[in-house]
Amino acid sequence: MKLLTGNDLPTGDVVWWTGESWSRHLAEAVDVGDKGDLIAATEVAARRVNVPYVIDAEATPEGPRPAHIKDRIRALGPTVRPDLTLKPADPQAGSWVI
Amino acid sequence: MVEFLRYRDDEAHDEPAVTLDSFFGQSNATAVRIESGEDARALLPHLSRIALIEVSFPSFRDGRGYSTARILREAGYEGELRAQGDVLVDQIPLMRRCGFDSFAPDAPIDEETLTAALDRYNFRYQAAADSIVPVWKLRHG
Amino acid sequence: MYKYDEYDASIVAARVEEFRDQVQRRLAGHLTEDQFKPLRLMNGLYLQLHAYMLRVAVPYGTLDSQQMHMLAHIARKYDRGYGHFTTRQNLQYNWIKLEDAPDILAELATVEMHAIQTSGNCIRNISSDQFAGAAADEITDPRPWAELLRQWSTFHPEFSYLPRKFKIAVIASDTDRAAMRLHDIGIQIVRNDAGDLGARIYAGGGMGRTPMIGSLIKEFVPFADFVSYLEACLRVYNRHGRRDNIYKARIKILIHALGADEYARQVEEEFQAVKALGIDPPQAEFDRIAAYFAPPGFEVDAPDTVDRTDPDFAVWLDQNVHAHKAPGYAVVTISLKPIGGIPGDASADQIDVMADLAERCSFDELRVTHAQNIVLPHVRKADLYAVWTALREAGLAEANLDLISDIIACPGLDYCSLANARSIPLAQKISERFADPVRQRDLGELKLKISGCINACGHHHAGHIGILGVDRKGTENYQLLLGGSGAEDVSLADITGPGFSEDGVVDAIERATDVYVRERTPGERFVDTYRRIGMAPFKEAIYG
Repeated sequence: MKLLTGNDLPTGDVVWWTGESWSRHLAEAVDVGDKGDLIAATEVAARRVNVPYVIDAEATPEGPRPAHIKDRIRALGPTVRPDLTLKPADPQAGSWVI
Repeated sequence: MVEFLRYRDDEAHDEPAVTLDSFFGQSNATAVRIESGEDARALLPHLSRIALIEVSFPSFRDGRGYSTARILREAGYEGELRAQGDVLVDQIPLMRRCGFDSFAPDAPIDEETLTAALDRYNFRYQAAADSIVPVWKLRHG
Repeated sequence: MYKYDEYDASIVAARVEEFRDQVQRRLAGHLTEDQFKPLRLMNGLYLQLHAYMLRVAVPYGTLDSQQMHMLAHIARKYDRGYGHFTTRQNLQYNWIKLEDAPDILAELATVEMHAIQTSGNCIRNISSDQFAGAAADEITDPRPWAELLRQWSTFHPEFSYLPRKFKIAVIASDTDRAAMRLHDIGIQIVRNDAGDLGARIYAGGGMGRTPMIGSLIKEFVPFADFVSYLEACLRVYNRHGRRDNIYKARIKILIHALGADEYARQVEEEFQAVKALGIDPPQAEFDRIAAYFAPPGFEVDAPDTVDRTDPDFAVWLDQNVHAHKAPGYAVVTISLKPIGGIPGDASADQIDVMADLAERCSFDELRVTHAQNIVLPHVRKADLYAVWTALREAGLAEANLDLISDIIACPGLDYCSLANARSIPLAQKISERFADPVRQRDLGELKLKISGCINACGHHHAGHIGILGVDRKGTENYQLLLGGSGAEDVSLADITGPGFSEDGVVDAIERATDVYVRERTPGERFVDTYRRIGMAPFKEAIYG
């Protein structure tokens, strides 16, 4: 699947396209198919996102899992500071990345 | 929003700027355009007959025009020195310091933003092609 | 250390307002990201893997307790309670919001700090020797020269849109503690035969994709010509550096293509033109700056002995404490590399502890080293035990300076959008494999440096052992290099062969150190043995 991701301009938060809006939670990301660039252009023009781009991911029972480790680290947080990730209380979060 | 800026008291020069190559072939040309990769020093022997030099900024990231401008001013050029191309508000104050006194940006400039930018710094650390006295000189006279 | 006058303060304050205006215009959509990016980079603000990252300048690595306390305050108020000290003596925050950046800069300005030109294609932080003003082997304190260059380079109108970044280092001793030869311009302050101080200029050093050692281009530049000469160096680069390919845009590529002699000739020509302009500050300006770096009031009869009874203290004393030029004093290096920790990171609480120690015990001065440690430059020997005790309580007393666990590591893929592999977990594993302090001291001086990508922010080319993280078909892979050095015995490391997994490279490093232990002669460091016996025995042991 293809996910559209970017950053929230004022905060820098990593965000994911949900089909309607931008969410900070990867689990809400949808497959944009081949429409990623088009959606990105609209959203940038409306100033709802900064520097969006499309990434590859696979659909899993736990939700989308980005294909590349860089994108998984970006989705969750630094592997060396679990307390600073989006799932600080989840001991399995790190193994999802790697 | 303005599409052209000029900080000179004299009359604007109306002759179009010819390329560097053309300039050398025309003994009566008084306006010349330098591309970002061309050598400003090629004009040094001819400065007295030039009224306008236009320096190209194909991308605002290409900073060669700043050196071009200073070299021309340092050699004594007193005619109009114009920055043309991808010229944005935030670079104009630096361009002024390098000796540019007119600007032909690809996109219009917001005058209010520009005025604020030009007035923002009361002091500058280094001497350049403008008349600003650098801080070290203010400190020691 | 240098203190702002009204002019310095005015310039930094204006910069804060300028950036506030630029951020407001970006948020309002008057600037595109493409237009805004160079502007925010020139204020040290990156968009990184998780958030904006702000790189605060620590000019030539020197700061005082008030500034350190501010760094801790900003970590707590605007970030997530910690900061990361970098290989260019700066500090990075990883979780900054763009909308907060102007307020952060305003707070920094209240203690004479900023983030000016810590990124972007401009002249970056001027780095220097972390032992400046304390080391017995320096001929003078290099930092007045660095401060002069800081002012000259700040918002330089001609050099704000260079082909690429430009890094300058200044030292004043034959011992190179600042990796001077691996900078775009490296400067050693020397004396000529008449006894005058001047600058010996090297150019074209650097790491990254194509590492190169700087070439000597001018033996001696007197102070009177210093700024003009640097101006000429930069102008030649600005005019002729490549702009067609960002991987070939550094000055080292230009100098390599022209040859050092031709570059020097072009600089000389430009210098003759520039010198006539009168842009060189007068000696009085140098003297004004130098007065801020006069030695602090060292006690004349400070006790010169240290009680070594406590064995743990003695170990730390031998490893992390250097001789000072003033009797009764010592130079303390605080390791930010606890075993299993994140190299270069310090919590806000730890930063406050170091600030307090500096204020009480080091004439209110600290240094950041390019190896990502902190120095207290002027500690009375009589205070060393108390300092060590306080450091121990704060988890800052690891006695591993220059040992294998004193690792330089870039943030890597955990933080950096440029990275291909994580560097911090690898540093942690290496640190834990070699945790035994007895074994570490037996291995001795062993500078291990890890970069998470080819940009080489971890200086792996200059490591006795260097590691480069790469992306091998979507998997992290690590290349091992041996024999580099960023000191006065400068050399570029050699690659051993095919890369390894994360665990594999830890094993490979251990096999390499085993070869060293087996083959060394008395007094040889790891890098000395490597230079003597060559790659072959190491390669054989590593790859079997």
